[in-house]
Amino acid sequence: MSNVIAVIDYGMGNLHSAAKALEHVAPDAEVLVTSDAEKILAADRVVFPGVGAIRDCMGELKRLKLDQVVQQVAKTKPMLAICVGYQCLMAHSEENGGVDCLGVLPGNVRFFGKDLCEPSEDGEECPVLKVPHMGWNTVKQVQYHPLWENIPDDARFYFVHSYFVQLDDPALLVGRTHYSHTFAAVAARDNVFAVQFHPEKSSQHGLQLLRNFVSWNGQA
Amino acid sequence: MSLAKRIIPCLDVDQGRVVKGVKFLDIRDAGDPVEIARRYDEAGADEITFLDITASHEDRDTTQDVVRAIAGEVFIPLTVGGGIRKIEDIRAMLNAGADKVAINTAAVFNPEFVKEAAEKFGSQCIVVAIDAKRVESVTPDEEHSGWEIFTHGGRKPTGLDAVAWAKRMVDYGAGEILLTSMDRDGTKIGFDLALTHAVSQAVSVPVIASGGVGNLEHLAEGVTKGLADAVLAASIFHFGEYSVQQAKEHMRDQGIEVRL
Repeated sequence: MSNVIAVIDYGMGNLHSAAKALEHVAPDAEVLVTSDAEKILAADRVVFPGVGAIRDCMGELKRLKLDQVVQQVAKTKPMLAICVGYQCLMAHSEENGGVDCLGVLPGNVRFFGKDLCEPSEDGEECPVLKVPHMGWNTVKQVQYHPLWENIPDDARFYFVHSYFVQLDDPALLVGRTHYSHTFAAVAARDNVFAVQFHPEKSSQHGLQLLRNFVSWNGQA
Repeated sequence: MSLAKRIIPCLDVDQGRVVKGVKFLDIRDAGDPVEIARRYDEAGADEITFLDITASHEDRDTTQDVVRAIAGEVFIPLTVGGGIRKIEDIRAMLNAGADKVAINTAAVFNPEFVKEAAEKFGSQCIVVAIDAKRVESVTPDEEHSGWEIFTHGGRKPTGLDAVAWAKRMVDYGAGEILLTSMDRDGTKIGFDLALTHAVSQAVSVPVIASGGVGNLEHLAEGVTKGLADAVLAASIFHFGEYSVQQAKEHMRDQGIEVRL
């Protein structure tokens, strides 16, 4: 059975890691890093990564006419969106003074805020939290999903971000993480699975998630 | 459960080989960066930092090959520092598979470089490395922290105040600060906790403490007393005195959140 995995290349950041991690977990698959709409639409599954500022990401997607491609993929085949790729699927982001995004999933992207802190239980102290949220944090699996197979609940994944997703529809929440705010670390609907963390940088659990993705039939 | 404090082994790479080799476990080739990186990943390291100490510019291509090879096999974040002077250097390292680059001397000589780098590649991949030394002649006040930035391995003073410099670098877009005490580097008597605390409190981005680790308690203190978000160490891990796992267990026992 052919298994062509397209990693959407729209000039935003290093796609080497994502492609290498996919090749690592699926040595028989064909991993294409591409901005070619036909190749993306012909692939069996699609990874939609993203690094950097959202205005640049959305700008490049539109310039390369990949915005419609992503929207189409989101309706038709297994898709894994990562980090800013995930944020691009939302309706709107606060970053860069406000940017309209693809609106594939209902929700918004919000800033953690300056002077972020974590209130203590007695409410008296509020130790400062650094932004970006950078490092390994736990992800609570709030509902079953095939992509959680062989990954323990509360496993740690690697995050790097200053903005987080707030979903409008709680039914889409699949994994949550806490960093001053509790946010949607993972959202899923039908054939779309979207993660704020970097599975390609999350060692064994991240590789397991990618392994689950490369054999996923797109059914929740 | 919350964000874990990170433990980062640091490797010196010269012309594609790890120098001051790693003498733990049963690594066949103590200088093979790919093998060493893989072992550190298995041992639970949260990230790996490579310091490129290759003298000549031509040989730096080898470092890119090394980064490419590691990124193809080891799936935790990789930072590369040393010799990052131009936008092209950053692009080359990121394209090879590095997740972050650490800018040191180039930031001191041309602060705008940090701004340009952060605008081009995003703050998340720009680490500014700061080598600081205590200066006894300075009485700390609001403008002077008592630590100064040094370049050339701690030999050349710059007149820049370390805490003010860290803040400026963050304003310019640094996403993380790698803070090394040149007084403590290589001494094994522990981090300069006062320096770590001062910088960590002054900036809004994560701070990695470096320089002086000799035992596991030093790592824990970097977090509890220095308020560091991550701790970097070389020799205590490389020579097998302690494993990353032991370090994490010790930190956990001190009430520090770690990834175990």
